[in-house]
Amino acid sequence: MSILEVERLTKAFPGGVTAVDDVSFGLAEGEFVTLLGPSGCGKTTMLRMIAGFESPDTGRILLGGRDVTDDPPYKRQVNTVFQDYALFPHMSVGENVGYGLRIAGAKRDEIARRVREALATVDLLGKIDAKPSQLSGGQRQRVALARAIIRRPKVLLLDEPLSALDVKLREAMQVELRHLHQKLGITFILVTHDQKEALVLSDRIMVVERGRIVQSGTPSELYENPASPYVADFIGTANLVPARVLGAEGDLLVAAIGEERIQARRGGRDFAPGAEVLLAIRPEKVLLEDRPDALSATVTETMFQGNSLRLKLELGGGAPFAVDLPLQATLQQTRPPESGARIGLRVDPANIIVFPAEPRP
Amino acid sequence: MRLATRRRLGALAVLAPPLGWALLFMIVPYAIMFAYSFYRKQAFAFVPDLNLDSYVALLLDPQYSQVLLRTLKIALLVSISALVLAYPLAYFLVFKVKSARLRLFLYMAVIVPLWVSYLLRAYTWKTILGNEGVLNSFLVWTGILSEPSSLFIYNQFSMVLTLTYIFIPFMVMPIYTALEKIPRSLIEASGDLGVPPALTFLRVTLPLSVPGILAGATFTFCLTFGDFVAPFLVGGPDGTLVANTIQSQFGIAFNWPLGAALSIVMLAIVIFILSVSDRFERAGRLDLA
Repeated sequence: MSILEVERLTKAFPGGVTAVDDVSFGLAEGEFVTLLGPSGCGKTTMLRMIAGFESPDTGRILLGGRDVTDDPPYKRQVNTVFQDYALFPHMSVGENVGYGLRIAGAKRDEIARRVREALATVDLLGKIDAKPSQLSGGQRQRVALARAIIRRPKVLLLDEPLSALDVKLREAMQVELRHLHQKLGITFILVTHDQKEALVLSDRIMVVERGRIVQSGTPSELYENPASPYVADFIGTANLVPARVLGAEGDLLVAAIGEERIQARRGGRDFAPGAEVLLAIRPEKVLLEDRPDALSATVTETMFQGNSLRLKLELGGGAPFAVDLPLQATLQQTRPPESGARIGLRVDPANIIVFPAEPRP
Repeated sequence: MRLATRRRLGALAVLAPPLGWALLFMIVPYAIMFAYSFYRKQAFAFVPDLNLDSYVALLLDPQYSQVLLRTLKIALLVSISALVLAYPLAYFLVFKVKSARLRLFLYMAVIVPLWVSYLLRAYTWKTILGNEGVLNSFLVWTGILSEPSSLFIYNQFSMVLTLTYIFIPFMVMPIYTALEKIPRSLIEASGDLGVPPALTFLRVTLPLSVPGILAGATFTFCLTFGDFVAPFLVGGPDGTLVANTIQSQFGIAFNWPLGAALSIVMLAIVIFILSVSDRFERAGRLDLA
């Protein structure tokens, strides 16, 4: 049975913006699920409705099988880690963490024991008497986590919890969040716009676009089989190349980019000859090969990215295209192509995903 | 010229006008007042004969300690009633009014009376509370009273009422600001941690608005403490405040040294209150960022 069930949730804000549009999903106990989408897509509103800060216009929220749709936040067994951490500035770290228990009337020594336990979990026992203002960003983050887990919620909600941290710290905290999740076995819902974070942390990612969940799956499923050009481009990067269908050859589809032919996997879809399509091709799944049947392209720019080299290209038909070349020891001797050079590209048909071209508005 | 020297001269040029201003219009008058408090009244002149007679008189003559105590009491009552009225209003404006435009409008409605002449605002209450005033006319017209009552005006009640009305914007403004500075996420976090709204108010909102309360209370207290118009207009015989006494010492009573000594005592009390409030404010100062 799922620990959290969201049924046909809809929420419109004054002014007619539909922030959440008929969203349903269920979470298994202990799952780590991410709501991923750009800012303003409605993912935070979904989280706030689960927490009880916003009430849905229609739909139901079931927590552990019980309808909590009309319950105020303080009656729900969920806890939130806020984007700005929301630590009480007039309380010490220990008072912050023990706040909920204290108000609930727990015994003094029990509060003390559980506060120490929660702070030990996030490795911050030494700061129990410090004020939040004396802590670094990463430490505040841990206090917020400790405070949110001390009451052992059924679901822990994390609202862009790492967005205020710098890159190094963010990566370290990602690892810690994963460990914390494994240790506690609580269901986590993470809201983020950072696709890397989503890929690293989640058991399952739900991609949100304009208030709807457009695809839900494991990180590798989403990466390998995006359901739409939007998902393809949001998870990782993808070249979206317009093409025209020429016909089918067995499992493969033959399409034309400008004047050049390319083969792609059909992926179960059927396209009539002449149909306009978008080919999604990931920059790192392209090989440079000077063969007569290769796609021809002109290099417009090269960018060093540390572990790889990004080539910005223009295809024969004029479409922009990007290729990432890994900089491995063996390849470092070969000189990368320079701006203006003409090169050939080859892509395994299995690495090309075909989408119907989006209808022009 | 060396850069450091130029900088120092520049800083001096910027600082000189305000420093000169403060010296000329604050320090010097206070110093004169301070000096006068040690003068002696002799017939129709004051002679610089250093002595503590005025201070001794203040200490021994009960009428001065009475008026001081009465002023402190009135100032305290005004502060308390302003707080009781202003806090719910500011809370309502910040947390319950959803429309930003309506909130600004209501806030301005509270502030705008400050633009109106003080005298006019004090007189307003005279016309409301007076024997021929709006309140009495209304009560007589409705038959609740058979004849106008004199209970509404010329007593401490009417003075507290008028002063509360006049100074309440000074209580609303800092409380409003303090409440507005509290991040909404703190209040949500409290609810999220299982704490119902009433307790959230007591444990989070109220403690975090204390700086605003302190500032507002300091304003209203000190402003009331130095007021002499409201007692004059609506105060009546038992409503004389320190400032009125000082005024009469410099006027009818013609005892400048005593008036000066009383002024110095008053100044000391105000400075004491400011420093206490400042200390509390410092102790409770929080990093909300």
